[in-house]
Amino acid sequence: MDTLLNISNLSKSFPGVKANDDISLHVNKGEIVALLGENGAGKSTLVKAVFGLVRPDSGTITIKGESIAYGDTAAAISHGVGMVHQHFQLVPVMTVTENIILGDEPHKGMFLSMKAARQEVIELSKRHGLEVDPDSVVEDLPVGIQQRIEILKALRKDIDLLILDEPTAVLTPQEIDELLEVMRNLAASGVGVLFITHKLREVMAVADRVVVLRNGKLVGATTPSETDEEGLAQMMVGRNVVLQVDKGPAKAGEVVLSVENMTVKDSRGHEAVTNFSLELHAGEILGIAGVEGNGQRELVEAICGMRHRTTGTVKVAGVVAPDMDPRQVHLMGVSHIPEDREKDGLVASYSIADNLILNQFNLKPYATKGIRDFKVRDAYAEKLVEEFDIRTPSFENLASSLSGGNKQKVVVARELTQDLKVVVAAQPTRGVDVGSIEFIHNQLVSARDTGAGVLLVSAELDEILSLSDRIAVMFGGKIVAILPGEGADRQYIGRLMAGLTE
Amino acid sequence: MQRVFGSINIKSWKFLLTAAVLIVWIYCYVANGDVTNSVVASGMRFGMPLALASMVGIMCERSGIVNIGIEGTMLLSGFTGFYVASYTKNIIIGLIIAILTGMLTSFVHALMTIQWQMDQIIAGTIINILASGLTSFLYKEGSTVPNTWPIFDIPILSRIPFIGHAFFSQQGPIQYFGLILIPAIWVLIYKTRWGLRTRSVGENPGSADTAGISVIKVRMINVVLGGAIGGLVGGFICLELVGSFSKEFTAGAGFTALALMIFGRWNPMGAFAAAILFGLAQALSTQLQIFGVNNIPNQFITLLPYVFTILVLVFSAGKVRPPAAEGKVYKKEEA
Amino acid sequence: MKLKITRDALVPFASVLVALAIGAILIAAQGHSPVQTYHVLIVRGFESTAGLQATLSKAGILIMSGLAITVGLRAGLFNIGAQGQVLSGALAATYIGYRIHGLPMYIHIPVALAFGALCGALVGGFAGLLKATRGVHEVISTIMLNSIMAAIVDYLTQNQFRLKSQPNTRTPDMLHSARLPHIFGYPTGFVLAVLLAIFVSWVFKKTTTGFELETVGRNRSAAWYAGISVKKSIVLGMLLSGAIAGLTGGLFSSETTGYFVPTFYGGIGFDGITIALLGRANPIAIIPGAILIGGMRSAQSAIQFEAGVSPDLINLLLALVLFFATAPFLAKLIRSNSKSITTTSGWGS
Ligand SMILES: Nc1ncnc2c1ncn2[C@@H]1O[C@H](COP(=O)(O)OP(=O)(O)O)[C@@H](O)[C@H]1O
Ligand SMILES: [Mg+2]
Repeated sequence: MDTLLNISNLSKSFPGVKANDDISLHVNKGEIVALLGENGAGKSTLVKAVFGLVRPDSGTITIKGESIAYGDTAAAISHGVGMVHQHFQLVPVMTVTENIILGDEPHKGMFLSMKAARQEVIELSKRHGLEVDPDSVVEDLPVGIQQRIEILKALRKDIDLLILDEPTAVLTPQEIDELLEVMRNLAASGVGVLFITHKLREVMAVADRVVVLRNGKLVGATTPSETDEEGLAQMMVGRNVVLQVDKGPAKAGEVVLSVENMTVKDSRGHEAVTNFSLELHAGEILGIAGVEGNGQRELVEAICGMRHRTTGTVKVAGVVAPDMDPRQVHLMGVSHIPEDREKDGLVASYSIADNLILNQFNLKPYATKGIRDFKVRDAYAEKLVEEFDIRTPSFENLASSLSGGNKQKVVVARELTQDLKVVVAAQPTRGVDVGSIEFIHNQLVSARDTGAGVLLVSAELDEILSLSDRIAVMFGGKIVAILPGEGADRQYIGRLMAGLTE
Repeated sequence: MQRVFGSINIKSWKFLLTAAVLIVWIYCYVANGDVTNSVVASGMRFGMPLALASMVGIMCERSGIVNIGIEGTMLLSGFTGFYVASYTKNIIIGLIIAILTGMLTSFVHALMTIQWQMDQIIAGTIINILASGLTSFLYKEGSTVPNTWPIFDIPILSRIPFIGHAFFSQQGPIQYFGLILIPAIWVLIYKTRWGLRTRSVGENPGSADTAGISVIKVRMINVVLGGAIGGLVGGFICLELVGSFSKEFTAGAGFTALALMIFGRWNPMGAFAAAILFGLAQALSTQLQIFGVNNIPNQFITLLPYVFTILVLVFSAGKVRPPAAEGKVYKKEEA
Repeated sequence: MKLKITRDALVPFASVLVALAIGAILIAAQGHSPVQTYHVLIVRGFESTAGLQATLSKAGILIMSGLAITVGLRAGLFNIGAQGQVLSGALAATYIGYRIHGLPMYIHIPVALAFGALCGALVGGFAGLLKATRGVHEVISTIMLNSIMAAIVDYLTQNQFRLKSQPNTRTPDMLHSARLPHIFGYPTGFVLAVLLAIFVSWVFKKTTTGFELETVGRNRSAAWYAGISVKKSIVLGMLLSGAIAGLTGGLFSSETTGYFVPTFYGGIGFDGITIALLGRANPIAIIPGAILIGGMRSAQSAIQFEAGVSPDLINLLLALVLFFATAPFLAKLIRSNSKSITTTSGWGS
């Protein structure tokens, strides 16, 4: 039998969404199947079901002919399935070796044999050409290497089926090419690969077959030779999509944000942003490209007054912005779409209305002399829900009831409906569906066109390329180059992102 | 190895503190060996129950469960241990019952926090309130145990010059057992498969889960094992150290133990060192009282441990990094 | 919506019944009559006029201590050692009450109570400061401060504040002008407490300060992102919680005893935890629980004298009520889906 994985008629609902609706799919030995779909299409849910992490409502899953029960991750592993999860499943404070052996540790009696474990990791890493230092602590490593550890973890057992859930989201173009090569080699040696992505280019480059999910349903199966990127995009989104953002040329004005010689430490006290300087003009979008973890988060937080600056100044329209005072910085006209909307951007147990005024609840007209005015709030919320197309029965519902895209729309609505000089948008479309992505991109462009300076920080190179008027590449807490957005070369930027300078 | 002990940093104030303590100790020893020995020995006696109680915290928190019910665990097990010993006239049975009670109490805690996913601090509070309600209602005056554990010297070790007398003489068996148990827990946490899994569950349960480790099982077992230690401490206090049960005898020790755990960075040896230091401070202040520094009112001597506890946290709390998943409910699938 | 409210209210009610049932078994096991014990409890607590008056007086105090915990919980703080703040507030108010002469009642009472609140606020605020600046978790610091305050008030009552003419340790009597009057025998403190509950509820519903505290309680990073000073809110939350706890102590001195003996104040602060958790940190919803517990507490000594059962029975009953009301199995049985409260996670500041 050549069929490794067979999913038939699988359905799974979460409260309010049918994440998987009657899906059937198979993967054969030695082939690479791409599972394509936009954010929220149900891809992760499907493969988590294979790995025993999600309980299907109905349907069957068999691996090499044997069915897999919910909750039995260990059984999935022992049937030869390896999985690289969308969200890294590493223990940050442990070493590479400890992370890789976790779950099946070399041992003598009840004791760990770390020597044997270390040796095994070294050999494993040699065998697959994925270099890692067995003794490094994972949290000190860049994301690209963490990804490698995840893959090594999956490859440690002699696996027959490798599932990769959006493994390329955090990699540089060069790292992506390397990963695709690893996939090809594995397939050549007979391993079946189920590769999840929403990036069309990668599908075209590596897949033998493509299966497309949309809104939890399987909407098509094809091969790269039968279609092209446009065709895939249409299948994935269900309508014609414009892959390019529609924007006119920038009319850059005076400097609205300037950062001078700023140094910032991360939460563990290590220097994350070093002697950083930058100028942002009114009416332009300045994109900060870079692999995650190169100081972008700290940069954004320090600009917005949320994180202490060890040295340097930030000026908004020529006025020095205070250190560690987000409220004041906001009042100076800086709005901030935070990277982690669940953690920073929203209070899940508050109503949508309260979230829409989360950083102005204390200002007129929402409050007078410390007493809040709910009528004004509700009228405002009603307007924004309408204007930003936030899909909800009522603005009184809790923010936690919204889907990812709509949560992000709440944040964007709040941040872009204020009097602003500067918009700091960190990963504004992460985990958001295509419809919302288009919408958010258009909002950022129109903020630019009304005269705000937009600082766009994104790990998605495509997003940077399609939106930015200027591109700054950040590596190791510094800007390594600033290029015009027009005609920027992705390969070149990719090399800069990896810290290579010619 | 290196990561476990942490590299020694001369500038680190903990290193300086240790050095200072050693120098003072040597000085005192030279000045008056007998008194120093007795102070150190009584420091051990004060410190050991706290050290063991902080092991309860470590076992639980390393797997990601905050347990502020240590107090209640010790109270209940001291209670059952004492009355069973008194009824059966057998302190060994008493101790076994104490340990079982500790396990049962912790099991309830585990049920509340892991199975029912209640807020962990509230669950611990409920354990404490329940323990205090039960023991005070069922309390009967006038019971005694037949005898407490014998006090003895450990044959060879007690003769080691300098430290032998302080650590290995004139103590009871549970006190000595603590000297074995604590390093054993250290080995368990850092050197065994179980320990690795426990730490991974406490840091990132998702990663343990995807590696095929049952988060719930690891947490349950650790919490119940922690309870066994809590039971041991209850029995230790009521059957060996004090020899009787009194209402609310724990008097906040469970919380002090948690502070020592934090100070010791969730490392058993660290918490042990902290507890001994704490015990020494207490022994010293008692000694001062005996030596007629009697213009210090009695109340102020009794509140010293509480002040120490706060100080311990003032110097460590903001700087240490607890197990990352601690206090959070782990939901395998939100459905 | 209506239906859900009644279902949720059923949970504490069912918990009380279950707790009484278990209590009955234990009473019987000790060789006493559960029927007689509960009869005494009901008559002494709720039936007679005197019982009702005593109950309401106790209830007023317990509403306040429940409010102290509630304010903290809403701001994400667990003031588990409120007892220490109650004690310091009580002693402070008593001191003003007996020491300052010649004030009219309408000034003396507020001044005494305010001083109690101030001292409670200092102790609570100190814990808040430790948390905001040094990351010391309030669960540990307030428990320790609780013991520290107990030692300090004990010292003061035995020395500076002692009524020397009496053999037992106590302070002098508060002046008449500092004693809260009863109206037709009913305690005014109860009315004050209900008003305070309404006020607290209003603060959290309508004011920006309440919103700030609550936002910090629910999501600290989002609060900081939104420009709310998390540190200030932590200090303020503990300050307010401590102030209410101190006020509780002052009220007790002024209304009930009229002088200070450390042991009078038993478990007021700890009962506040039970009450706040039963009322799910809702300032109005804690009132019925406070009345119930007030009744049980005021009948406490009667069960010993009239039924021969240890007064600690009440501690046990309350613990059981709390356990069954917060653990979800009764709630599941009744099919209420009220969310359980969360306070804090981990020791991270
Ligand atoms: N644990 C969960 N609880 C509730 N809803 C969920 C859960 N996991 C996924 N969903 C929802 O199911 C849908 C599919 O999610 P997912 O499988 O993660 O999509 P994808 O991986 O394709 O981006 C989304 O609408 C998501 O919000
Ligand atoms: Mg996904």
